[in-house]
Amino acid sequence: MKYYDKLIFELSKKGRVGYSLPVNRFPAAPELPHELQRAAAPALPEVSEPDVVRHYTNLSQMNFGVDTGFYPLGSCTMKYNPKINEEVAALPGFAGLHPLMHAGLTKGALKVYQEMNKALAAITGMYTFTFDPCAGAHGELTGLMIMRQYHMNRGDLKRTRVIVPDSAHGTNPASAAVCGLEVVEVKSLSNGRVDVEALKPLLDDTVAGMMMTNPNTLGLFETEIKTIAALVHEAGGLMYYDGANMNPLMGVVRPGDMGFDIMHLNLHKTFSTPHGGGGPGSGPVGVARHLEDCIPDLRVSGFHGNFGVILRAYAYILMLGKDHLKKVGQYSVLSANYIKESLKDVYKLPIPDVCKHEFVFDGLVNDGAREGVPGATTLDVAKRLLDYGFHAPTIYFPLLFHQALMIEPTETESKETIDAFIEVMRKIAAEAAEDPMLLHEAPHCTPISRPDETTAARNPILKYQDA
Amino acid sequence: MAQCAYFPHTDADVQAMLDKVGVKSLDDLYGDVPKEFLKRGAYALPDALSEQEIRDYFHELEQMNASLKVFVGAGAYDHYTPAVIPYITQRSEFLTAYTPYQCEISQGTLRYIFEYQSMLCALTGLDICNASMYDGPTAAAEAMKMAIACTKKKTRVLLSRALLPHVIKVVETYAKFHGVELGYLPAGDGQTSLEALQAEVRKGDVAGAIVPSVNRYGIVEDHAGFADALHAQKALLVEYCDPSTLAVVRTPAEWDADIAVGEAQSLGLPLCYGGPYVGFMTVKKDYMRKMPGRIVGQTVDKEGRRVFVLTLQAREQHIKREKATSNICSNESLMALWVTVYLSLMGPEGLKEVNRISADGAHYLKAQLLATGQFEDVFPDKPFLKEFVLKPKKFPGLLQKKLEEAGFFAALDTEEGYVSFCVTEKRTKEETDQLVKIVKEG
Repeated sequence: MKYYDKLIFELSKKGRVGYSLPVNRFPAAPELPHELQRAAAPALPEVSEPDVVRHYTNLSQMNFGVDTGFYPLGSCTMKYNPKINEEVAALPGFAGLHPLMHAGLTKGALKVYQEMNKALAAITGMYTFTFDPCAGAHGELTGLMIMRQYHMNRGDLKRTRVIVPDSAHGTNPASAAVCGLEVVEVKSLSNGRVDVEALKPLLDDTVAGMMMTNPNTLGLFETEIKTIAALVHEAGGLMYYDGANMNPLMGVVRPGDMGFDIMHLNLHKTFSTPHGGGGPGSGPVGVARHLEDCIPDLRVSGFHGNFGVILRAYAYILMLGKDHLKKVGQYSVLSANYIKESLKDVYKLPIPDVCKHEFVFDGLVNDGAREGVPGATTLDVAKRLLDYGFHAPTIYFPLLFHQALMIEPTETESKETIDAFIEVMRKIAAEAAEDPMLLHEAPHCTPISRPDETTAARNPILKYQDA
Repeated sequence: MAQCAYFPHTDADVQAMLDKVGVKSLDDLYGDVPKEFLKRGAYALPDALSEQEIRDYFHELEQMNASLKVFVGAGAYDHYTPAVIPYITQRSEFLTAYTPYQCEISQGTLRYIFEYQSMLCALTGLDICNASMYDGPTAAAEAMKMAIACTKKKTRVLLSRALLPHVIKVVETYAKFHGVELGYLPAGDGQTSLEALQAEVRKGDVAGAIVPSVNRYGIVEDHAGFADALHAQKALLVEYCDPSTLAVVRTPAEWDADIAVGEAQSLGLPLCYGGPYVGFMTVKKDYMRKMPGRIVGQTVDKEGRRVFVLTLQAREQHIKREKATSNICSNESLMALWVTVYLSLMGPEGLKEVNRISADGAHYLKAQLLATGQFEDVFPDKPFLKEFVLKPKKFPGLLQKKLEEAGFFAALDTEEGYVSFCVTEKRTKEETDQLVKIVKEG
């Protein structure tokens, strides 16, 4: 990667254009009344087409992506994004479809939704899905709306609390708050699982439900899930499944069979659609049969959700079919355990159990701390990985450990790639023991070095005009 | 069954890894899962297809959709997408990248988001823009939540009846569960009523009002007096905009709005049956720390070079959990790149020209349709750009069917019993004349 300093505004020169529009053959319409016109033209760049192409190509070369290298990024499931999916989503018969066309004009699109619904129901054990949510957190919010709607439909209005484990993704409590629910946290045991005894006293007739991800964010299967679901149901609550960690269960375990009533999936994780530098995603929400009636009143996005993402995910499902589905789960779990076993002598492993798709280290065994030199932190390890051509793991999450390094490989990484990652992680551990300053100052080989984030937040410069 | 092309594992690899882990088989990795939850038997899914079969199948599905010339807008606009945009956005360094948390290897994403923020600030005239949102309607819902969060003890948000129907529905859904009371502003003469706004605001419980810059009838609204009425009671003015039209129409900042939101699909994104699109939100500086979503800021690295980072993260869910300004985690980053490349190519002149051709086409079409004698004008004196509504003199079902058969998607039914038309720069005069000819024959 090479450093490139320009912003598109800095290439601008009055009189350059990057567009080609048809000659206007319509008679001139009356001008807008003066008081409805903007006073001055917007300060957009004036650049030619080659300027634009070269600028954004240069920008792209400062980016890391799945096609560049390995992301051991916990809870993010950065798997390979198949290229046929892109081809399918760009077909003009889909890309040119107006969202308000009636069913008679959109039979192909509707068939995609129907077949996708059936496929996701088969994979998850849920009854039916809504495809409107545009991301995972959006799915959570929609799922919680369904949960509240269910209680409202029964006239049970006092159920305003939702139980969330302390290991949950940050979006869980945030989505609950947006949905008008009060968040009650339930503690984890020292083995990383939900403390059933701590859960029991929280369950009363004000509980709307419980949100869980299984495997949890430590990558551990919640072995007491049957008891937990039974307790929550007995108290009149519903079970919500956060599908961010669905990948290891693909083809092996179905959330619907474990007693979950509502769930979302992240098509941009489990179903191979590209992350796009932070979106677009898609977060379809599935419900058990008894909740089907709670969906129709909800409108959480403009039209039909992120259809282009759904198309990609459906192509992926057809490529896997029932034949390869199970391997997604198995290979991702195998790779995670393999990395864990290969590094546990140099990184602290708080919970030694067989993990699922991901696991968490709590920093280095020997961080190199000595008189006057602080030890290498998880942040330092993460930044040093960038020097060796790997993306960093998820760091400082979950909050249960101070130096959390959360690692998730996926089924699309080869043993060679994973071995190379292990070798680098061991090398970094040795570097830390030897010379922690080398890690404090990392990265050394990326287009830029560590930024001054404090100044960025204290004196925000958020647009070109401010700079 | 052959190995799937997406899995690099050979049998020998699998065995070596199992040995290292210390289990006998792949199934043993699930030894902690209660037996009753392990799925036995095949999933109810189709057999795996080859890539060629997938390509053929999706072509088949695609052919089942109608391929029509679009003369409808209503929140999704058929503007031209320059060839450069998909070429750039398909670059895998952009497409397959994660959220730019590791800024040292994400300067590409961070820079274009910074440019996007700058461009949307230029279009709306406001100070701060976030890194983008799911779509226009959800951006409006977030603005509703923000209005409540920014004003003390105010519980009600007003919605103009002239907002697009799907925007109102999404805001209503969020309001119901977030516990926000809504009020409605009539727009009987095709424009949100200032008198109604003033009367509602006087009740003292209004946190803000969401009003359309260009409304559901295509009318460019006059918001003189709106900000004064709201600000007098410390309530916020939220403008819902089609950012493409902001190249020519009076900006949210010029109306003294506090927040601008809207759907940026009109800036070069394909219709794609409604998504992925991209919502935007820009705000006055005072509300920066109440804003939802990611924000990119400029700073320096250790060598003093200009670099970009995600900033002001103390607002966000991964730090604040239930106390965050919003549950939003992602943005629509790649779609923000579409918008950024589009605006770079178009520049101020190109965007103005898009508006000119579209508005000229729409005025021409409206005049021609009225001349057929089959429609009544609904709001004859109101200014519009690319979109307008007419009242059909007879039931429009037959006409719509004829138009479809001739290859046009036009005359969309509205809730009020009107039909809606839209002309973009993609529509030629020949197509427009052809459409009118079919109406005449009808």
